Amino acid sequence: MSRKGLWRILAVLALAMLVLAGCDSSKILPSDALNVLDPKGTAGEKSLDLIYFSIAIMLVVFAIVMAIFIYVLVKFRKREGVTLDRSKYKDHNTVLEIIWTVLPIAALVALAIPTVKYTFDLAEVPKGDDVLVVEVVGHQYWWEFKYPKQGFKTAQELHIPVGKKVHFKITGTDVLHAFWVPALGGKMDVIPGRVNELTLDAKKAGLYHGKCAELCGASHALMDFKVVAEEQADFDKWLAKMSAPPAPVVTAKEKQGEEIFNSSCIKCHAGMDPKRQGPDLTKFGNRQSIAGVLKYDEKNLKAWLKDPKSIKPGTKMEKFDFLNDQELDALTQYLMNRK
Amino acid sequence: MGTLLIMIVFGLFFAAIFTGGYNNTLIQRARKTTAWDWLTSVDHKKIGVMYFMAGIFYFVVGGLEALFMRYQLLVPGNDAFVGRTFNELLTMHGTTMIFFAAMPLIFGLINVVMPLQIGARDVAFPFLNSLGFWLFFFGALLTNMGWIFGGAPDAGWTSYVQLALNEYSPGPGVDYYVLGLQIAGAGTTMSGINFLVTILNMRTKGMSLLRMPMFTWTSLITSVLIIFAMPPLTIALLLLMMDRLFGANFFDHVMGGSAVLWEHLFWIFGHPEVYIVVLPAFGIMSDIFSTFSKKKLFGYNSMVFATSLIGFLGFMVWVHHMFTVGLGPVSNSIFAIATMLIAIPTGIKVFNWLFTMWGGELTFPVAMKWAIGFIPTFVIGGMTGIMLAAPPADFQYQDSYFVVAHFHYVLIGGTVFALLAGAYYWWPKMFGKMLSERLGNWHFWLFFIGFHLTFFPQHFLGLFGMPRRVFTYEPNVGLEYINQVSTFGAILMGIGTIIFAWNMIQSFRSKKIAAADPWDGRSLEWATQTPVPFYNFAQLPEVRGVDAFWLEKQAGNKEMTPAEPLGKIHMPSGSHIPFLMSIALFVGGWGLIARSWQIGVMGLLAFGVTMFMRSFDRDHGFYVKPKELLDKEAKS
Repeated sequence: MSRKGLWRILAVLALAMLVLAGCDSSKILPSDALNVLDPKGTAGEKSLDLIYFSIAIMLVVFAIVMAIFIYVLVKFRKREGVTLDRSKYKDHNTVLEIIWTVLPIAALVALAIPTVKYTFDLAEVPKGDDVLVVEVVGHQYWWEFKYPKQGFKTAQELHIPVGKKVHFKITGTDVLHAFWVPALGGKMDVIPGRVNELTLDAKKAGLYHGKCAELCGASHALMDFKVVAEEQADFDKWLAKMSAPPAPVVTAKEKQGEEIFNSSCIKCHAGMDPKRQGPDLTKFGNRQSIAGVLKYDEKNLKAWLKDPKSIKPGTKMEKFDFLNDQELDALTQYLMNRK
Repeated sequence: MGTLLIMIVFGLFFAAIFTGGYNNTLIQRARKTTAWDWLTSVDHKKIGVMYFMAGIFYFVVGGLEALFMRYQLLVPGNDAFVGRTFNELLTMHGTTMIFFAAMPLIFGLINVVMPLQIGARDVAFPFLNSLGFWLFFFGALLTNMGWIFGGAPDAGWTSYVQLALNEYSPGPGVDYYVLGLQIAGAGTTMSGINFLVTILNMRTKGMSLLRMPMFTWTSLITSVLIIFAMPPLTIALLLLMMDRLFGANFFDHVMGGSAVLWEHLFWIFGHPEVYIVVLPAFGIMSDIFSTFSKKKLFGYNSMVFATSLIGFLGFMVWVHHMFTVGLGPVSNSIFAIATMLIAIPTGIKVFNWLFTMWGGELTFPVAMKWAIGFIPTFVIGGMTGIMLAAPPADFQYQDSYFVVAHFHYVLIGGTVFALLAGAYYWWPKMFGKMLSERLGNWHFWLFFIGFHLTFFPQHFLGLFGMPRRVFTYEPNVGLEYINQVSTFGAILMGIGTIIFAWNMIQSFRSKKIAAADPWDGRSLEWATQTPVPFYNFAQLPEVRGVDAFWLEKQAGNKEMTPAEPLGKIHMPSGSHIPFLMSIALFVGGWGLIARSWQIGVMGLLAFGVTMFMRSFDRDHGFYVKPKELLDKEAKS
């Protein structure tokens, strides 16, 4: 049975149980967006192959151990009036001991061979023009994605074309993080002062969830990002959109927003200046989430601006509660029109 | 003001020492109290009991921290313990359970049981034993002071830099971790040395190395591991202390430091640490399987070999905690294979346990139930361990709930089950009373079922994409129900632990003295009286083979054959100096944490003075005369 087939049957069984129990399936069935057991990329498939292969070997070992274990517990429990012939049972047995040393060695060799092969496979750096290079920078508590060849950067949202190898160069500026997209493949640590490399691809278009997997401070749990895997044509459109100059500021309200932005936000969010701390907001209007964790809408953006620390404890983003409603309106309109 | 006050107290302390101005009547009165007796005791059994009770206390503390975390994770978006508070809980849960629960519980059992098993009257260095305990005690206390004063450590029990540096973890939190563990760690190292020398030098006549009970063997190997594994931690903590307190830059990448350096140092200690806590567990299980199967341990020699091999290989595998650091496929492959190798000696052990029971006469008191429960649980933990050893698969498991499930299977299914088994098994030797089997059964079943409900589903949380150490998770991606099952299981474990506490209280209140050999035991500890007299054996026994006491019983003897005539016994006197030394370091450490250099230096000076006192202490112990021995024997 194919790997996917097995997974589907399990899923159907679990679903059937849930329907019987009258439960909400989204609360127990893994989501396609971040399921290690149903990968959407080559790296994830390789990991899963090895996961299933090692589980298979281990289940055989477990079955043997449990068979002996249960037999022993049933057969040799003390019974009144029954005395066993003790001379039959020795306190060592060289043949047996050799068997249970050699057989595990054989099983481990069987596991070690694909392990080493896959370890080297996954470390391979893809070559050629067809490879998309993305630089990932982990910050407390947001992700920066740079497209060096295309010459722009974005935050919290990574767009990749389906079917193309994406080579990530991963580094950080403050503490350790780990870059993890469970549905696409394994993770890689973000280590300030080091550049780590990771290659992923997506075989299917979709929205995948990314996680920070290394404890990085108060909002470690909220350091999420999104991976948008899209067909080449859509990806190209997105690239063009991101590379184009920002939309012009037209209305008076937006102009007011721009002024507020330039006086209050630009300190940290000023586009291409590497010394500034916050995410680049040049194309904020294209985002699908706010701060990586909230749904993208005006209400959430205002909530975030008013009290970011209540949403992401420990974030460096300042409170903008000194703006009155009208100013806040102007600022959000300006930001959401930055497409 | 506070500084001044503490300096005055210290001034008085010094004045008292130098003028000999202890108030004599007061001291005399204090010396007669039970508290003084325990504080100054160098008796290995009393120190063992103190280790054990401290371990139980911190086990409860760590358990509460775990329950708070499970409560927070009951539903997504819960806001009971978020952000830094949650990080403090997870950090202190790990630190407490490893350093302040598992380690002292193990040291407690080793302290009480090991000298009895080898036929010794005390450990090799009784003073050091007491110092080791009090250093641990005050180190643990210091680490936990953060809850009250200034915030607990919050960078994980692994305390990875740069998160653990001042810039990203401001406040004293991580300082408590650094100095508390440094002090407790010094105590641990001393105990390791002490146990090693005791086992090598203090065995009674006929107790050759290959006749020692398996628990003593595993204590020996664990002691060796402690001696080699603690120094890297000491160094790591020292460097971190330099960075945090004195502005050094060992770990700050901006100044040329390296975060990976910390990871290496920590795991060169950290992985052997896993074996430090699990090998004695194997020893406890071996003794229990053998006793309740009424059979000699199967494959004794291969057990000794396997234990040593695990100890040796334990130092060769630390990079498997760092597969995702990006050290490259060559080093990942080498460490993957080294890690898989450990499965072989571990497998040998499991099969030896099964075949110890094969052909035995199995009975199932609570101690044996824990041992029985241990086998499938630990085998599952071992299997996920091998799965984690394959780097390409580990890239998915690493830092996810899968890892959390794995190491709880090993550390609870291995170490905690064994410690609880050991508690029920050796309770009569430790406290002279029995634990109730009825309550024990409730404890076992609730804890065992609760354990599997808590941790088995967590494998799936990890595979469904939930990272570890998170205070919340996304709704509607399949994580809610599994987290709820997990929390429910944790509550069952909590109820089991309450029943255990009740069982202990009942046992302390009971007046019934336990039989000297309630389990029809095999090793020398069962040949002593209950309660064990402070000199253990009036005459040291002679050992004629593995399972020394069992052999004598089989030969029709009620007691061990003495190896010496009844004579006077030399015993060490108690000392209050270890307690003072530890207090001095405690205060000094706290001074450094509070960035008060005066108090820090005062503490270290006071420590020096107490060392000076010890050096010129002319107490050479005392003798128990044969007549007193006979009187005591007759009385019991």
